[in-house]
Amino acid sequence: MAVSARPIAPAASLSTRSAPVVRIQVTVNGSPISAEVEPRTLLVHFLREVVGLTGTHIGCDTSHCGACTVHLDGKPVKSCTVLAVQANGRQVRTVEGLEVDGKLSAVQEAFVEAHGLQCGFCTPGMMMTATALLARNPNPTEPEVRDAIRGNLCRCTGYVNIVKAIQLAGKKMQANPTGPGGSP
Amino acid sequence: MIPPAFEYYAPHSVDEAVALLRRFNGEAKVLAGGHSLIPLMKLRLAEPAALIDINRIPNLSFIQEEGTHLRIGATTRTNDLLDSELLRRSYPILPDAAQEIADPLVRNLGTVGGNVCHGDPGNDLPACMLALGAELVTVGPKGSRTLPVSDFYKDTFVTALDPTELLVEVRVPKARARQGSAYQKIEKRVGDFAIAGAAANLLLDASGRVETAGIALTGVGPTAILASAASGALVGQSPDDQHLGHAATLAGTAADPNSDLRGPAEYKRAMASVLTRRALDRALARARGGG
Ligand SMILES: Cc1cc2nc3c(=O)[nH]c(=O)nc-3n(C[C@H](O)[C@H](O)[C@H](O)COP(=O)(O)OP(=O)(O)OC[C@H]3O[C@@H](n4cnc5c(N)ncnc54)[C@H](O)[C@@H]3O)c2cc1C
Ligand code: FES
Ligand code: FES
Repeated sequence: MAVSARPIAPAASLSTRSAPVVRIQVTVNGSPISAEVEPRTLLVHFLREVVGLTGTHIGCDTSHCGACTVHLDGKPVKSCTVLAVQANGRQVRTVEGLEVDGKLSAVQEAFVEAHGLQCGFCTPGMMMTATALLARNPNPTEPEVRDAIRGNLCRCTGYVNIVKAIQLAGKKMQANPTGPGGSP
Repeated sequence: MIPPAFEYYAPHSVDEAVALLRRFNGEAKVLAGGHSLIPLMKLRLAEPAALIDINRIPNLSFIQEEGTHLRIGATTRTNDLLDSELLRRSYPILPDAAQEIADPLVRNLGTVGGNVCHGDPGNDLPACMLALGAELVTVGPKGSRTLPVSDFYKDTFVTALDPTELLVEVRVPKARARQGSAYQKIEKRVGDFAIAGAAANLLLDASGRVETAGIALTGVGPTAILASAASGALVGQSPDDQHLGHAATLAGTAADPNSDLRGPAEYKRAMASVLTRRALDRALARARGGG
């Protein structure tokens, strides 16, 4: 079902220039969302403020921390550095799309069980990166996990339990390949 | 941070993109991966009137050998360099560099064309393309032209590309038997731009002497630097410790670094030399059929 969302309110800008809004349709977690946006609207603001999915976090807003990671056509990207118009006609998956019918994905379960978070701020982005990694490589070594999460900063855990959680998730997915959240 | 307002166009052909660039006559910018441009726009360091998004132009993303060249399309993603069997086998300098560019998330969007066109001396691909002797194929209002990458970089963020031109592909001379290439970089923290980086490309003749060489540096000057004296000193020589060491010293001399948060100028110059030696050693091992 197509959901029509309200246009994002123009933010205060130093520039006086304005540009016409653009109508876009983006499939978010399987549902087509149609909305009018300014071309300068960032994908992360579109997701949080127009679609109303606030699981995708804004940490640094400077393309460094990865808290804003979502999947764009299956690949993990930093949504603070993508324009919503760039996602027109494409598939976006956010952390809200990991759980299916109230059942947590293997990655979500593993983050709980292996204590892969403390404050939780980096967790949505970390889990999106982990989900994409495991879809490509279900049994990653520790160096492979650490390489994959180079773009996701955590200021709490020291990463040890995050790495363990991601490896545990890989084992869970192999044990139950049809469970939720498996493929990006 | 939200970028200043701009008009957005997503053309479906190179001709359409060039017509738009011409219409805006220098006021529009090409949007490729956006991972250099969007951060600059958020900071108001760039305020283009329009963005011409080239991501919906078909057939601009490819890695293939054809005739005498390797061709890489402008919107090829940085991660595609890492995933390519052909590059790993015959042009390992490119996966070497891709592995050190930012992080996997940035690399899923950042493009080869954007990395080459941006003109930031911290970008890693320009030095690789200089060492490989690459050419750039562009299309503009007056048609297509091919220019050597050695004529491309004029100053920091200043290139030979006209603002109404689009880069469509990078062409690298096809790799030959007894050729090896490598890239070495040091960074302050994972995913950061280089403190210094060095690219080396060696072709040996049948007797094992150096037939041609390319050496170039990242992050140690206003642009990527082609260290011609260093590579020239190797040609015709046996690639032994003495000659490789001499070339590395000459590469350090070619560096023109500034002191900044990434380190003092003298340190960067010394590292340019050290990294050149490491890249040469690796390139040589690969030219001899090793890893
Ligand atoms: C956190 C972070 C870390 C990074 N670390 C590194 C690093 O270590 N090494 C490194 O090399 N890079 C690094 N980058 C930069 C990244 O690799 C960029 O993606 C790259 O510099 C630009 O590619 P892009 O496709 O994103 O270009 P864009 O940002 O879209 O464009 C950059 C510039 O090139 C122009 N342009 C792009 N494509 C074309 C074309 N086909 N024809 C004409 N003009 C064009 C644009 O108009 C713009 O001026 C980093 C970026 C981030 C956000
Ligand atoms: S908020 Fe996007 S990378 Fe930090
Ligand atoms: S758990 Fe707090 S930032 Fe990662």
